[in-house]
Amino acid sequence: MSVIEKQSVAEIKARNKELIAEVLKVYPEKTAKRRAKHLNVHENGKSDCGVKSNIKSIPGVMTIRGCAYAGSKGVVWGPIKDMIHISHGPVGCGQYSWAARRNYYIGTTGIDTFVTMQFTSDFQEKDIVFGGDKKLAKIMDEIQELFPLNNGITVQSECPIGLIGDDIEAVSKVKSKEYDGKTIVPVRCEGFRGVSQSLGHHIANDAIRDWVFDKLPADAAPRFEPSDYDVAIIGDYNIGGDAWSSRILLEEMGLRVIAQWSGDGSLAELEATPKAKLNVLHCYRSMNYISRHMEEKYNIPWCEYNFFGPSKIAESLRKIASYFDDKIKEGAERVIAKYQPLMDAVIAKYRPRLEGKTVMLFVGGLRPRHVIGAYEDLGMEVVGTGYEFGHNDDYQRTAQHYVKDGTLIYDDVTGYEFEKFVEKVQPDLVGSGIKEKYVFQKMGVPFRQMHSWDYSGPYHGYDGFAIFARDMDMAINSPVWKMAKAPWKQAPKPLLQAAE
Amino acid sequence: MASLRQIAFYGKGGIGKSTTSQNTLAALAEMGHRILIVGCDPKADSTRLILHAKAQDTILSLAAAAGSVEDLEIEEVMKVGYRDIRCVESGGPEPGVGCAGRGVITSINFLEENGAYEDIDYVSYDVLGDVVCGGFAMPIRENKAQEIYIVMSGEMMAMYAANNISKGILKYANSGGVRLGGLVCNERQTDKELELAEALAKKLGTQLIYFVPRDNIVQHAELRRMTVLEYAPDSVQAGHYRSLAQKIHVNAGKGIIPTPITMDELEDMLMEHGIMKAVDESQIGKTASELAATA
Repeated sequence: MSVIEKQSVAEIKARNKELIAEVLKVYPEKTAKRRAKHLNVHENGKSDCGVKSNIKSIPGVMTIRGCAYAGSKGVVWGPIKDMIHISHGPVGCGQYSWAARRNYYIGTTGIDTFVTMQFTSDFQEKDIVFGGDKKLAKIMDEIQELFPLNNGITVQSECPIGLIGDDIEAVSKVKSKEYDGKTIVPVRCEGFRGVSQSLGHHIANDAIRDWVFDKLPADAAPRFEPSDYDVAIIGDYNIGGDAWSSRILLEEMGLRVIAQWSGDGSLAELEATPKAKLNVLHCYRSMNYISRHMEEKYNIPWCEYNFFGPSKIAESLRKIASYFDDKIKEGAERVIAKYQPLMDAVIAKYRPRLEGKTVMLFVGGLRPRHVIGAYEDLGMEVVGTGYEFGHNDDYQRTAQHYVKDGTLIYDDVTGYEFEKFVEKVQPDLVGSGIKEKYVFQKMGVPFRQMHSWDYSGPYHGYDGFAIFARDMDMAINSPVWKMAKAPWKQAPKPLLQAAE
Repeated sequence: MASLRQIAFYGKGGIGKSTTSQNTLAALAEMGHRILIVGCDPKADSTRLILHAKAQDTILSLAAAAGSVEDLEIEEVMKVGYRDIRCVESGGPEPGVGCAGRGVITSINFLEENGAYEDIDYVSYDVLGDVVCGGFAMPIRENKAQEIYIVMSGEMMAMYAANNISKGILKYANSGGVRLGGLVCNERQTDKELELAEALAKKLGTQLIYFVPRDNIVQHAELRRMTVLEYAPDSVQAGHYRSLAQKIHVNAGKGIIPTPITMDELEDMLMEHGIMKAVDESQIGKTASELAATA
């Protein structure tokens, strides 16, 4: 199906530019002008991808973005397993984000962990008119009574909370005092704030700073015996077990993981993190804020890493080890040497089936660049990519470390643009979310969900790569695609049938 | 139903909206009209003179107690007072919490859906101080009040408020059918009050429909939680309210789309009448001590 390999880079660039112009043609003039700034063809040597980002979507287009509440409740706070997260406001936001993002965790749900449960204040008309503070206080009392093993509560604000001016901070303080200093975190992540879920990540990061870190007594003795090799995993949401398959590699090289943020994470881990020697940051977009803060306040360095595919994993293990002594550096080499044969076997099996296949991606804040190496390990090529809610620093990282010359770049892509791009570029695989999945599959294009790993995973780490390779092969080489025939390619049927 | 007239009283807080409206509506009732008063102020004091009650149980407080507004019956919220005037109060949250504007919307929808407007000649909305948000604009939206009467006085802030309310009316005048019925000046005995009120009315493109003189009998009646019409039906003041009621009654369909003026124009007008002194630009932003130094 792919037409890419036959073309030179110059031809691809020309085609992509033409494609962008064609797509923009259908928009009204003003919209075309605005959208043009978000679409580009990557030029080698440029410091970023040449697109504007983190700007309000245009009314009327089908954007793939979420809201600030999604960024806080859905991404950052939701996976903290031993705290109860109240979706404060009308029932819908909590209902439709129920069960989280497949952030796996260990615990007994409903007893000491609560990730897949839904807690909401279920606003009614009277709560809007009279305010929801009293109801919020009551819910906290009920939580204390029904779930006594919870270690803390967060209040995730939905839109109306900001409109009617509920004082969730005051309620949180009063209840915290009433329950012996229990951690209760009010989060002002009303959905109308900002242009995407990105601001929700930032607000949630700030809430951790203000309501968890700043509440820790400065002179309190550490609750654990610190070691020189303590690291915290930041920005791994443990989707399908990602953080677990990452953690074991760090541990095998001799490091001690004292916290996971926030997949399978706990309040105690958040509180322990200011004692880490290094923060290793996977999802830069959603947790760079708190990493920078810890660097500034606690003097903890942070290091971005990428655990997709053996090439990037080896590079990252060495990079992380460079912050430590020879023991860890040797540990990293040992881990790489141990897993490389296994990875070679995976590549030997799948590369011949995937070699030369092309991929177009459109995901959130990290994967549009991070998974490129994993595809390349399998001999595949990413020919188009873009971020839902990335900022310019994401596009800089993408341009400087990941994408090839001539790659089609689309920021906050609209439903129409994405469809049109895929139709013209004809990649062998599209990787995006559930809203996009069926559109492309119905177009006859193999598809993998790259938010939830299509109910598979983990994809991080060496274990994850084996699953990743299998899943991509399964999607692209599924026999089902051979069974779908275009109507015009079928043998013509006789127009008239003789009467029986 | 076809002849149902819906009017609303707006005006700066404390200007005497509720007093003026209740006295006027009592006079309309005397003329034989069937009246419903809808109080749209969280203070819920729009019907006390008619009901002789301190405060009426409000739609929203009853709804909150019952669970939701759907659990209410119209009989529970509607009280009948002087000359069979029907009264409801929307109510709302205590100051500083929740959304009173949403409360007004909820209450008016409830009243309409439950047939409160049947067998009525007049519905009157009594709305708090200013059109601060969409909720308090509810009575001037489509298919609600046809005419707005702005209660004002010769005080500067009351005139500012009247101008602001006119802006609210203008906004909805083209999409809905709301019109400005006129100004009602509730005398405060400020300088050149009548002259100013007439000048403002002219600027807004409307009329000063009535000038209600100040009379202590209004306070005497209020202390007894009564309208003047009921307390002292033969008094001169009662006569004034009857005249105002008559003017409003014949004013049907004569409302206009107001032409609100800018702040500068308003200040110019006040200066013209000598109420406000011309501002010396060189003195703006100077403290008392700075001015003393330059003097």
